[in-house]
Amino acid sequence: MPPKAAVVVRLLPDKSDPKRYFALFDLPAKLTLDAKDLEQRYFRLSRQWHPDLFARKTDPERAQALDQTALLNDAYRVLRNPLKRAAYVAASAEEAKPQAPPELLEEVFELNMALEVLRLGDQDVRPQLEQQQQSFLAALQQQDRELEALFPAYDAGSASAADIQALLNRRKYIQNLVDEVEKALHARN
Amino acid sequence: MLEIDFGQTDPVVGIDLGTTNSLIAVMDSGSPRVIAGADGSVLVPSIVSLLPDGSTVVGEAARPLLIEQPERSVYSAKRLMGKGAADVADELSLFPFHIDPSSESVVRISLGGKTFTPPEIGALVLRELKERAEADLGTTVSKAVITVPAYFNDAQRQATKDAGRIAGLEVLRLVNEPTAAALAYGLDKRKEGTVAVYDMGGGTFDISILKLHDGIFEVLSTNGDTHLGGDDIDNLLLRIALEDIASEWTRDLSQNGSAVQTLRREVIRAKEKLSFAPVATLHFEWEGRTYSRDIDRELFNRLITPIVDRTLGPCRACLRDAGLQPEQIDEVVLVGGSTRIPLVRSAVEVLFRSKAHTDLNPDEVVALGAAVQAGILSGTVENQLLLDVTPLSLGIETVGGVVSKLIARNSTIPASATETFTTSVDGQTNVLIHVLQGERELMKDCRPLARFELKGIDPVPAGFARIEVRFLIDANGILSVTARDARTGKETSVEVKPTYGLTDAEVEAMIQSSFENARADLDARQVAEARVEADTILAALDKAKRNDAYTDLPEAERQAIATALNQLLLVYHSDDHRTIRAKIDKLNHVTTPLAENMMNTAVRGALKGTRIE
Repeated sequence: MPPKAAVVVRLLPDKSDPKRYFALFDLPAKLTLDAKDLEQRYFRLSRQWHPDLFARKTDPERAQALDQTALLNDAYRVLRNPLKRAAYVAASAEEAKPQAPPELLEEVFELNMALEVLRLGDQDVRPQLEQQQQSFLAALQQQDRELEALFPAYDAGSASAADIQALLNRRKYIQNLVDEVEKALHARN
Repeated sequence: MLEIDFGQTDPVVGIDLGTTNSLIAVMDSGSPRVIAGADGSVLVPSIVSLLPDGSTVVGEAARPLLIEQPERSVYSAKRLMGKGAADVADELSLFPFHIDPSSESVVRISLGGKTFTPPEIGALVLRELKERAEADLGTTVSKAVITVPAYFNDAQRQATKDAGRIAGLEVLRLVNEPTAAALAYGLDKRKEGTVAVYDMGGGTFDISILKLHDGIFEVLSTNGDTHLGGDDIDNLLLRIALEDIASEWTRDLSQNGSAVQTLRREVIRAKEKLSFAPVATLHFEWEGRTYSRDIDRELFNRLITPIVDRTLGPCRACLRDAGLQPEQIDEVVLVGGSTRIPLVRSAVEVLFRSKAHTDLNPDEVVALGAAVQAGILSGTVENQLLLDVTPLSLGIETVGGVVSKLIARNSTIPASATETFTTSVDGQTNVLIHVLQGERELMKDCRPLARFELKGIDPVPAGFARIEVRFLIDANGILSVTARDARTGKETSVEVKPTYGLTDAEVEAMIQSSFENARADLDARQVAEARVEADTILAALDKAKRNDAYTDLPEAERQAIATALNQLLLVYHSDDHRTIRAKIDKLNHVTTPLAENMMNTAVRGALKGTRIE
């Protein structure tokens, strides 16, 4: 019997040290951070660790520079992006599952109806879908503002990782909807 | 404070291994410099010809052979790098590649009875460049930085590295072409800000957006098309011309290799002229017949618009991935010969709303940047650092043929990702790990990179196994994979065999045979070069004999010249270049007084009628 393809299990960030990425930059594990300062630190560390600077060194030193820089780049990629940063910090709570925000349920229902109509070939529903897409994009921006507001609250201890996770789950749900509409609107009949 | 011995370091060269032309450059007292060959040109056409005696001819010398012996010659072989036989089927209608039927995972090109893989063809070009640099620097060259299109996938990068090894070069780094260009440009102009590099060469198109800041060159995003370039314009014009000729002469020349190559040369000539002239004449003579057609800029623009438009999609995607608006691009750097085309320039300026930057020679800038990167690696260039990205997402196949992405495109490299895998069937002891590269959701739409089996997993119920697989992309953009059973802590050894690559053993064998051929090739080339030199002096002497200075020579000197001339003619067809050279030197020596006399006559002639105040 030929071997079956693997099943991927999304690995949560190293639970033994959820602050690892922050520690790499010598930063406290806080969600609010100064992007300019993070960039400066990133450039400074890159100038210390990048494999280009170890080209004439021994194999073990070169391998270490490669591993260290890969980790640094992975960490910078996550921390520089507010959404990824929030997901990284909150992930120790639970994995992101798309969740419908209750206040949007009615609109979601209407959107799904319209998508179904479009799939059946009725092009007249396009303007309605485009309008709904705008409305969900606005909802997405609203989530982003709420998330941003949650950052200092989390750092001050008045919001939990679970709060952030819940917000990310809602955001993911809306993002999926926006993507779905985008795909439906641009699909060739 | 002195701690490094600067005297013993080997030079590290920078090489632009191009589809149409290749160049080699080196750092020379703080600045990069491209190295010219004996013919004075810095470009080595990426053309390889196999002579009947088994030796190979590379570069400008191979150009006439492309027309005389098209079945023994190959050009644009970079298009085949890292490709399987099935991948290149659509290329074959446009290029005179003779793919050997034995090709499977790696394409094999037939050249006059022998077969070559694309890395071997690349290695022949690299060896030509290496010898050029060795002659210039007066030392052996064994280390290089080689550039690749930013949008090259893993297999194409591996193939380029293999080409270096076969040519006897340790490839210290593969650098993306637009990034190299930015490095040369940034260093030259001491620029800061956001720069887009638009690189349209012979066969590939890349667009990269970089932030230049205090010596750091941070690539924000890259995009491109590895099958888009000047070749496409040539092929379009060629096809039209062939059809035109077929209707005018009622004769189809499309299957005649020599005719097609001759016409192709004329088409390129017309295309190049249209970059600076409003009209060009396509002129083609074949077996006593003449075809002539005027092409004006307007018609040319209309014909190539679809090709130029194909570059705009990747540009927009690149901006989107960088999170930038066109207005936020401070400058656009143009790279590659095709950016000389006015329509390309205006399309770029419209899209980016900024003036395209053309101070640096678009043919040379990539090689210059490669030399700068070579300087960074060897420590002679300080404070400059490239932070490049991987152009394509990397993932693995999961149940249902869906690709699960592990590393997203435009991630800064080196980059890594660790994922845990498990089994889908009870008692399963082996799992298939299928690594793919690309942006699509389904496995069938992505490029397979490698597949390997993880064996010896404890037979546990489905979903209980825990295997950690780590992907690591190095600074060359090349992937390696390691695996570990997380339940037992046992490292699982994984052999990743690239789907479209050569095995180590194959590369070793090619290195061996390349050394064996190198001597024969070198001899053949030196003989050819000596004969060219002999031709030059014989022609010059022929002309000089009609000059007054020759008749003015004493009889004894004219006799000496005649003797030396005859001796050279006698050894002209010798297989030993030293013999030919010796006679050239002799003839040179005895004609020195003649040359001096001629010079004096010329100077007197020039001074006549010139009043000196």
